[in-house]
Amino acid sequence: MTDKVLMKGNEAFAEAAIRGGCRYYFGYPITPQNEIPEYMSRELPKYGGSFLQAESELGAINMAYGASASGGRVFITSSSPGIALMQEGMSFLSSAEVPLVVVNVSRGGPGIGGIQPGQADYIQATRGGGNGDYKVPVFAPSSLQEAVDLIYEAMELADIWRNPIMIYTDGILGQMMEPVVLPEPRPVTEYSELKQKKPWALSGYGDDDSKRRVVKSLRMDPNELEMHVEALFEKYGRAEKELVRVETAGLEDAEIVFVAFGTVARITKEAIELLGESGVKAGLIRPVSLWPFPYDAFDALTDKTKVVISTELSMGQLVQDVQIGVGKRFPIRLITRTGGIIPTSREIVERALGILSDISV
Amino acid sequence: MGTYRMFFAGSGGQGVILMGQMVTHAAMLEDRSSTFFPSYGPEMRGGTASCTVIVSDKEVSCPIINEADILVAMNLPSLLKFQPTLKPGGVILLNTSRIDQKPSREDITAIDVPVNDMAAQLGNARVANMIMLGAFVRATGVVAEESIKEVIAATIGAKRADLLDINLKAFDMWKQTA
Repeated sequence: MTDKVLMKGNEAFAEAAIRGGCRYYFGYPITPQNEIPEYMSRELPKYGGSFLQAESELGAINMAYGASASGGRVFITSSSPGIALMQEGMSFLSSAEVPLVVVNVSRGGPGIGGIQPGQADYIQATRGGGNGDYKVPVFAPSSLQEAVDLIYEAMELADIWRNPIMIYTDGILGQMMEPVVLPEPRPVTEYSELKQKKPWALSGYGDDDSKRRVVKSLRMDPNELEMHVEALFEKYGRAEKELVRVETAGLEDAEIVFVAFGTVARITKEAIELLGESGVKAGLIRPVSLWPFPYDAFDALTDKTKVVISTELSMGQLVQDVQIGVGKRFPIRLITRTGGIIPTSREIVERALGILSDISV
Repeated sequence: MGTYRMFFAGSGGQGVILMGQMVTHAAMLEDRSSTFFPSYGPEMRGGTASCTVIVSDKEVSCPIINEADILVAMNLPSLLKFQPTLKPGGVILLNTSRIDQKPSREDITAIDVPVNDMAAQLGNARVANMIMLGAFVRATGVVAEESIKEVIAATIGAKRADLLDINLKAFDMWKQTA
């Protein structure tokens, strides 16, 4: 027997962040992620951490900016409309190279939308919803265990890359319960170690330090700004090589190749089993990193493949990356549900078979 | 063994979410895969409540159900809503204290458990869900009695040790008659 515990997704996300070293959480309530701030308000003080309910999502991300610029390890969460409000901050933190881990427990939109699961913030997450040229690594878990592992790792990655990192989940993952194995709590950086571990952080002059440190996103001199953006893109270029994560299955002889992430990938896996039972071979590309996107995974497709289907809870956002990965080699189709509706595996099977017969005509 | 896909449904306050969580937890203690997904929304006491539970010897890939093997229906709206999703040969556990209709499906097995009346005999209306949970475990064998009792002891014993006895008594109340 392992040390499995049964946890609700949102609570597991929060616990993984604490164990990953989070000591500052700023939030504003929004369904379907409210168990995260509730959990943080109860648990974080036990570790000497600080929970603060901000006056809005704008407040939350700017508090996160300040706390992380000062060297604290910060974790924030929200759901789609709230994440939209945080986009200005995402741009500022990215420019200022300030670490942060953000979880989107995504729901249906546009606008206030609904509170049921959605994936329609894909473009915002992967292309940057704020102003200017910047990139944010985005990871999309499809089980609670994977979410726990990714959040725990992201708390470290954000510091290493000095960049915000987003974990893109949805209302199903936030609300569901599954057994998880929690990682060992990481030691927290003490204040006395900050100057050595985060020499850029605004941790105070202290006794022996005369070097002025500046964290900023304003650069009035165009030459300075261009050099800064080029340096950021040198970093993003490395991230594109080093942070790609993908799971693939059954590509070698698949007639249908599905592309799906998060919970939808799990439903699609069952659809692939059902298709197999009826004699149709199907495979899966599951991007775990949405940015950088695993375009190279499409190189494994063979001439047995008749169609590539993007299965998503949005009206054709993921498919834009599928198009880049596939090029003109195969026809591409969409299976979408939106508004908070989740397709069953049987629905995916029926629609995929319909697409296959249309393609074959 | 294999895979069991189930709905627990009733009205808010009847304890259907707790039942689902306990079955999920018991399966974990048996080192099997289990997944629990509650309906969530603008819900409240007296409104509808339901959850999907999957227990499997394989990894649970899909948390969303096409067809259920088992339905636990604590009130009439739950029976009406979920009985079409049952597989032929599936099982419905019916809280006949609150459901005065027979299931319209004839290709399933219905098990009557008048949990509110039985709870009244015990003198505690709030243990009705534990009576249903006992019936569910004994009638379906989805999880072992010992593991779910361990969960009850851990869950209820930790918060209200004084209520553990009556909950275990409620759990043991329903006996398979056939």
